[in-house]
Amino acid sequence: MSAKKKNRNPAETIVKEEGKVAANLIPIYIMGKRYEVPEGLTIMKAIEYAGYKFIRGCGCRGGTCGACGTVYRKPGDYKLQVALACQKTVEPDMYMAQIPFFPANRARYEFAELTSAPEEVFKLYPELFRCVACNACTKICPQGIEVMDAISALKQGNIAESARLSFDCIQCGLCTSRCFGESVQYHMFQLARRIYGAKIIPEAEHLAEMVKVINKGKYEEILEKLKSMGEEELRELYEEREIEPVTTGEDWRPKDKSCL
Amino acid sequence: MSLAYYPGCTLKTKAKNLEEPAIASMEVLGAKLEEIPRWNCCGAVYSLADDDLIHQVAPVRNLIRAKEQGGNELVTLCSFCLNTLKRANLLMKENAEKRNTLNSFMDEEIDYSGEVKVVHLLEVLRDEIGWESLAQKVKLPLRELKVAPYYGCTLLRPREVAIDSVENPTILHEFLKALGAAPVDFPESARCCGSYQIVSNPDDISGYAWDILSSALSRGAEALVLTCPLCDFNLGRGQEELRKQHSEFKGMPLFYFTQLLALALGIDPQVCHFELNYPGPESLLREKNLLSRGGSF
Repeated sequence: MSAKKKNRNPAETIVKEEGKVAANLIPIYIMGKRYEVPEGLTIMKAIEYAGYKFIRGCGCRGGTCGACGTVYRKPGDYKLQVALACQKTVEPDMYMAQIPFFPANRARYEFAELTSAPEEVFKLYPELFRCVACNACTKICPQGIEVMDAISALKQGNIAESARLSFDCIQCGLCTSRCFGESVQYHMFQLARRIYGAKIIPEAEHLAEMVKVINKGKYEEILEKLKSMGEEELRELYEEREIEPVTTGEDWRPKDKSCL
Repeated sequence: MSLAYYPGCTLKTKAKNLEEPAIASMEVLGAKLEEIPRWNCCGAVYSLADDDLIHQVAPVRNLIRAKEQGGNELVTLCSFCLNTLKRANLLMKENAEKRNTLNSFMDEEIDYSGEVKVVHLLEVLRDEIGWESLAQKVKLPLRELKVAPYYGCTLLRPREVAIDSVENPTILHEFLKALGAAPVDFPESARCCGSYQIVSNPDDISGYAWDILSSALSRGAEALVLTCPLCDFNLGRGQEELRKQHSEFKGMPLFYFTQLLALALGIDPQVCHFELNYPGPESLLREKNLLSRGGSF
């Protein structure tokens, strides 16, 4: 086997050998090196296709874990672009690198001792006030969050607004990688959402009521009965269970109301 | 009348007693302060370094937000915000090279070239409402109250952004007169409170605060009126230290101008958040029968 033949793109080999329709190969640049990869692959699959193996920088492959933040540029455009490697499909001539991790110190706090006062955030993250409103954080966010606005909200003491604006944050850390003021936005937002969830929104009264009902032992008997059943009996119960129709109103109730 | 309004961060936390009485008062005067959306910090201090353009981004972005709203005027309450925004505005209007650099840096925003006029609420009262009309709306004249008008720096300096005569300002005097109060003139009226030097040179600030407060006291003032949360901090919280240094000093209440405005317009004193004032003005206000309408704090 000649050296040339040996170095042939594996995609071509596979496609020809199996006699399937060939995928178009497009050039991409991973950390500056050119590769030809089938179009239609996600960035993550393209990187694997090119021969890299992920031991970090790859998590859920579903766009929610924030492990695969990737920056790229295209020729002729000064704009730095961003994507999650598991979500974005490759485009010709992308110059890319993954930024799976970026150093960011998370403040230590005893959550139970925190109040909902704006000063709690100021004390834990005083670098918040180094923001110069350059907006680089917003521009880089793969989730399209108005990161700078969420930071402004914190400075204005509006923890609830910061929690609302940052709700889609997957903590990929790209904002932090770009911050002129060296802030750790995603940790700040996590604190905001925690304070908002636990100390600002009113507690659900019905939840407290339900906990009381459970503690009084409403479900003890039902659970005991289940625990004493044999496999066959359990299976039968499961298979014959009443299922909520796919299309139904909010007022739907099962016939057997003993568990409600 | 609807006015595009820039609050500033401090007014949402430590200085609610500056903002809330302003909003309530302007409603009584037939104007709505409409907070501009998505505003950020004004920049806090105007950067004097000639090539330090990054610190102009924050104020200019706010001016862009105001322009987006279609208004040609942006009202501020905090004199520090006024100063920072107004000076950045001037730069965008007059310096083409820096304007281009800033506009091209903020490529996600519309271009800006100083179209919005930045004004202080005192100017709105003087120029758009008028002292006479204001005086007619007063329900509870502050007749017995002797107040020293304190301008500090940022309403008046530098000259190109001053809202009044730099040498002989009268806007706060006129304001107090319209509310029925007696302005007490004093030479330290436009002297610097020490500003952010409180962080690095707190001892010097004590000296400034003493000069300003003792001068006003010696001329018979019972309180000081001001427009700036930082002046309020230095001259208000600073009194703890002054009481230790000067045994004869009993303290002097400070008011934001908007608190006196709301009080005189007969608005519920709770809106004024006097509980955030330090030292507390309650006994002075009771003594002058200025809490009679609204009752308690």
